[in-house]
Amino acid sequence: MFRNNYDNDSVTYSPTGRLFQVEYALEAIKQGSAAVGLVSKTHVVLVALKRNAEELGSYQKKIIKVDDHMGIALAGLAPDARVLSNYLRKQAMSSKMIFNRPLLTSKAVLSIADKAQENTQSYGSRPYGVGLLISGYDETGAHLYEFQPSGSVLEYFGAAIGARSQAARTYLERNLDTITESETVEQLIVHGLNALRDTLSQDVELTFKNTSVSVVGKDTDFTIYDDENVQQWLDKLDSVSNARNREEDDEDNANDDENNTAPAETEQLEDRMETDE
Amino acid sequence: MNHDPFLWGRPSNDTYGAYNHAIAQASVQEATHDQLDQFPKKHTQQPIITGTSVIALKYKDGIIMAADTMGSYGSLMRFNNIERLFRVGKETVVGISGDISDMQQLHRILNELETDEEVYDNDGGHNLRAPHVHEYLTRILYNRRSKMDPLWNAVLVGGFNDDGSPFLKYVDLLGVAYGSSTLATGFGNHLAIPLLRQLIPNDTDYVNVTEEQAKKVVMDCMRVLFYRDARSFDKFSMVTIKDGGKGFDFEKNIKIDNQSWRFARDIKGYGSKQE
Amino acid sequence: MNATVASEYSAEVHSVPIEHRFNPYSDNGGTVLGIAGEDFAVLAGDTRQVVGYSINSRYEPKIFDVGDDIVMTANGFAADGAALIDRFRNQLKWYKFDHGGKKLSIKSAARYIQHLLYGKRFFPYYVSTLIAGLDDEGKGAVYSYDPVGSYEREQCRAGGAAASLIMPFLDNQVNFKNQYEPGTDGKKKKELRYLTLPEVLDLVKDAFSSATERHIQVGDGLEILIVTKEGIRTEYHPLKRD
Repeated sequence: MFRNNYDNDSVTYSPTGRLFQVEYALEAIKQGSAAVGLVSKTHVVLVALKRNAEELGSYQKKIIKVDDHMGIALAGLAPDARVLSNYLRKQAMSSKMIFNRPLLTSKAVLSIADKAQENTQSYGSRPYGVGLLISGYDETGAHLYEFQPSGSVLEYFGAAIGARSQAARTYLERNLDTITESETVEQLIVHGLNALRDTLSQDVELTFKNTSVSVVGKDTDFTIYDDENVQQWLDKLDSVSNARNREEDDEDNANDDENNTAPAETEQLEDRMETDE
Repeated sequence: MNHDPFLWGRPSNDTYGAYNHAIAQASVQEATHDQLDQFPKKHTQQPIITGTSVIALKYKDGIIMAADTMGSYGSLMRFNNIERLFRVGKETVVGISGDISDMQQLHRILNELETDEEVYDNDGGHNLRAPHVHEYLTRILYNRRSKMDPLWNAVLVGGFNDDGSPFLKYVDLLGVAYGSSTLATGFGNHLAIPLLRQLIPNDTDYVNVTEEQAKKVVMDCMRVLFYRDARSFDKFSMVTIKDGGKGFDFEKNIKIDNQSWRFARDIKGYGSKQE
Repeated sequence: MNATVASEYSAEVHSVPIEHRFNPYSDNGGTVLGIAGEDFAVLAGDTRQVVGYSINSRYEPKIFDVGDDIVMTANGFAADGAALIDRFRNQLKWYKFDHGGKKLSIKSAARYIQHLLYGKRFFPYYVSTLIAGLDDEGKGAVYSYDPVGSYEREQCRAGGAAASLIMPFLDNQVNFKNQYEPGTDGKKKKELRYLTLPEVLDLVKDAFSSATERHIQVGDGLEILIVTKEGIRTEYHPLKRD
């Protein structure tokens, strides 16, 4: 891997004005499986793809509840996300305790952004290696934010982080209008799963084991659907595998299985293309 | 008068002799400012300059709160222009009785809170409302009492709930909190509450009370308090908040009307002048 | 000039100063009552809050649904009561985060509250605490505490200002103390049985209307929280306001 002299700590700029440690932290997000978030006028949905390290092991946790009105999805280093979500939980609780009101989503996001920023400016510390999608519903409405280890936060109508998330973003961009006008939670979840489906690699399908869904919004407390509970949403999809892969399958059939190595190559290509963005 | 603030309020040495520091259980005979740390650290044991009652009630469009402007030093009328009602955020009023320096401390804390809100709240529609202010004050006062270092006040918070209905609650130096459609602190609890509850017998009856009725009963209460509470004053401030916070009216320098002790000369049967 | 003239200060010169200490507690009156049935439990309390002879509020609820089908009250010094319940609610939330949303059994809640109370053994929460709910078998449960955390599970318990008025009534009416089978010449005790919910609600209402008659700090309103396997519901009945 390419090395240079300016990436030993996060406090030294390169001559071109970059902080390599921070940029590497952003790379860590892309190593994690994808998480997608999207907003209608009244609700926010998060969906995420869970990985299991090995066949016999359990699947990782991708969506974490913060409070009745707030939750996050993560991509990257899960332990870092635990630290951040615990911090958010404390913030949410003290808002309830001290002011008797739910923590504002924008405030919550800024509070972890400040934490992350400190790590980009102090010697000997490591920036968080995790990206978060924060969903929240408060009196200012439904909100979705993306958090990055650099300390930057932006609000989105739809956002995706993690491996091959560009494919999900493409889906969200193409369907933005119908997504934001979604009348029901179901429509929103189906769009989210469609987007998530596009991040799948060749031989993987969305199953109730590897998919997490969460909803929060008007009159809806933050709810996570995992395992058996997520099947109801998967049943609403026309297909649980990646659209492009399906097309490729068709091509393969047309080519009469002439070259079996092609799909693997395509996948590699895709990988490279998306980590280079 | 000795203008060193450390000696304010002390009986003069010329008349009473030097102050006996054994009274405060302090070992230092004559202390200067830099020797202050040799005194035992003392928490507030009693209020010094005090403000008397604050009264408030709900009515059909919102809430009304009133408090006079007197700051007493024991039985001395020490300051006569102290504002004890404070606006917090857009639609909340906080009325404070008890120790004036602790009141000013609370005022600073509330101002800080308001500034924080303005700095961090860049999202429209998120307001700091009365229930939030009240919860916050309750935490402050309860935490201080738990340290055995109380802020010597009784506080009323008036404004609106998130759903737009009127909000009125009390909290005091012990952290005891309660809500009602009619509230008063201090002497008001004895003298004003009966008048207020006559207008609003049940907590829900405030919906039938007009602004005119409410303002009249406030004036009546302030008058009765001025007659019978020796620490009260005939100048007061009144805040009216209505229509979910759209109208916030802060009236100052209101004089108690229709007040006179002339009737006293006709009272017979007390004291030395027997019939 | 060192002479000391006669004044109210002169006494202080020679005598020990009077200690005037801040008292961090007050008694906010009110009374509470919990009864467990076979498959339900109720917690009831009046809604009056007082200090001294003043009524602070005629409706200040003090029985709370704290989550996981547990109802709780802490009667005595109102600020401590509110603080205790807030702390329990918060800890329950953390319990849920830490244990994947698991329901807290009333048995565990009871033990935890002991620790909350005993944690302030030397600056106690000045309250009588009661919780009510259903145990693991679905049977009604009431737990009661002293201010520093001693606790036990009971069939019924009254707490607060009129506890001493209500408790003997409950002993007699819930646990059938001093009740004998008619015609046995006081030889055979009346057999214990679970009371039904309507019976219990009638007892609660009688207990509170009687306490209202005889105790100045009790009155205004009665709020009853009822826990069954269907969940929690609330009843309100007016009491005398004098």
